[in-house]
Amino acid sequence: MSSGIRFESVSVAYGKNVVLDSLDLTVEPGEVMALLGPSGSGKTTALRAVAGFVKPASGRVFIGERDVTALPPYRRGIGMVVQQYALFPHLRVEDNVAFGLKAQKVDKAEIPARVAEALEMTGMASYAKRYPRELSGGQQQRVAIARALAIRPNVLLLDEPLSALDAQLRSGMLAELARLHRELPDVSILYVTHDQVEALTLADRIAVMDKARLQDCGTPQELYRRPRTEFTASFVGNANLLPVQVGAAGVRFDGVELSVDTQGAAEGASATLCVRPHLVGLGEGPNALRGTISEVQWRGSTHRLYVEVGEGRHRVKADVRELRETPVLGEDVVLHFAAEDAVLLGAGVSGG
Amino acid sequence: MLVHSRTGKWATWVVFFLLFLPLFALPLLVILTASFSTHWSGAFPSGPTVENYGAAVRGESLQALTTSLVTALAASVLALTFGSWAALAAAALKKGGKRALDALFMLPVAVPSVVVGLAVLVAFSQPPFLLNGTRWIVILAHTILVTAFAYQSVSAAIVRLDPMYEQAAASLGARPSYVLWRVKLPLLLPSLNAAAGLCFALSMGELSATMMLYPPDWMPLPVQIFTATDRGSLFAGSAVAVVLMGTTLLVLLAVSRIRTKASFR
Ligand SMILES: Nc1ncnc2c1ncn2[C@@H]1O[C@H](COP(=O)(O)OP(=O)(O)O)[C@@H](O)[C@H]1O
Ligand SMILES: [Mg+2]
Repeated sequence: MSSGIRFESVSVAYGKNVVLDSLDLTVEPGEVMALLGPSGSGKTTALRAVAGFVKPASGRVFIGERDVTALPPYRRGIGMVVQQYALFPHLRVEDNVAFGLKAQKVDKAEIPARVAEALEMTGMASYAKRYPRELSGGQQQRVAIARALAIRPNVLLLDEPLSALDAQLRSGMLAELARLHRELPDVSILYVTHDQVEALTLADRIAVMDKARLQDCGTPQELYRRPRTEFTASFVGNANLLPVQVGAAGVRFDGVELSVDTQGAAEGASATLCVRPHLVGLGEGPNALRGTISEVQWRGSTHRLYVEVGEGRHRVKADVRELRETPVLGEDVVLHFAAEDAVLLGAGVSGG
Repeated sequence: MLVHSRTGKWATWVVFFLLFLPLFALPLLVILTASFSTHWSGAFPSGPTVENYGAAVRGESLQALTTSLVTALAASVLALTFGSWAALAAAALKKGGKRALDALFMLPVAVPSVVVGLAVLVAFSQPPFLLNGTRWIVILAHTILVTAFAYQSVSAAIVRLDPMYEQAAASLGARPSYVLWRVKLPLLLPSLNAAAGLCFALSMGELSATMMLYPPDWMPLPVQIFTATDRGSLFAGSAVAVVLMGTTLLVLLAVSRIRTKASFR
């Protein structure tokens, strides 16, 4: 049996401070939903509302078809993994993993096999007799995941599970999590992170949060290729955001006519044009922008150029394949991008 | 550099001994010496003997020692139970309630123990709570006196306890009572243990409240020491005092051995 998660206009406030503002979000059964947003945007609060550790001021939370808003945490049937692992220091790895099974009075004869299975799944079988303090951070996180999986939850809540690990370990664990989800296709996962790479890699859909509100929600491809807001554009991947005026057959940027799909936006309106830096080319081409190089960063396989274009000296970022000769600062260059690589963000959504 | 730090180290030790010896060790050393003597008229005691100890571990004294041990053990167990219970309950209360309980458990510490003894005497001298003249009144008074310390040390430990353990346990389906027994209490064990040692030591040495309450058949060791020295048997009293000191230290040592095993990080 699988079950999803549904937020119905869930609001949470600490005193007068609203930290989650009327969140509506559905995680489908078996789906990985990433809650992505900067620190303090209310992601953990949303997750804790599902787990039952904060009481919503209004709204309802469903797990599957069950309204769990009033249920205490221990009756919600969720698995949860947090950033600090929270392994019980007085219990061996195997007893940590068995904890949920014993607490839920699972048949005693069944427990060893299920503990072994969970440890096997996370690759920690050979550490069963150790205490948490005898494990590295990455190993502790695996045990925490095994402990959450042992109770066979329908819903798994992960709060920045990789942020305490170093970069190398993080990418390894990311692959492990993806594999775990393939092995457990029925488990719905709510994955809280501030790291766009984790969200893009792992999630079926991403919910972007900022300032206590849900800003955008969609598949990683949708959010990356067709962001709806400036905030999404800049938080999911990198973006050039150019202030433009909608014209008849394109947009006007600082006196330059650019031909892009205006998606029926009203003529004369102000809007923002989003172009991903790696889709900007160097040299003459369609939608040419002329300017001078103000900064160059060498990143191994690419060069990032910061070019000040037009009268307004707008900074445009361009990621180009590593250049033979490093461009000189102050050099005049031409940038271009294809019409289909630009996205016009709705007029009036600017502000962030 | 090395020499410098070595001299520094030596200086620290010398200062430490100059301060420590006269203040703490010397009075204890005097008692220890006196307990092996029969006379002390000059600068040094005379007439070395072990006879004082013969009396100190026999008959009346032995009974007083058992009385003290039983009283301290009972009072510690009761105090630890009530103190931890109250501390756990207080932690779940709102700010105002917690402050009220904190203040309530401050009282036995703030009020002189003579007053506590008198209060217990007055309160339990009439039916329906007629405990006066029984050993229970002594145990009760000791419990009241040491519960405050148990409450305070367990309270402090609960504040330090990271709520994430409790929440992890709850998310795994553990009811609050299961969380209490399997997570919170085990994590509090080192503090409970330390509190137990403190309660035990305090109870073993309690004199002022006990003096007002003890029935003839339940005379704890400090009272015995007091009456012995009051009668003028300084050397016999010293031997009993050394026995009291030694027993208390032994128990504390055993308790701290258990603590080392129970601490995880
Ligand atoms: N227990 C609390 N009491 C008061 N404010 C809190 C509490 N927990 C979180 N907050 C506030 O709620 C906001 C959102 O926090 P959180 O959901 O943890 O953000 P995120 O996980 O996205 O970083 C923050 O501004 C934080 O200060
Ligand atoms: Mg957070």
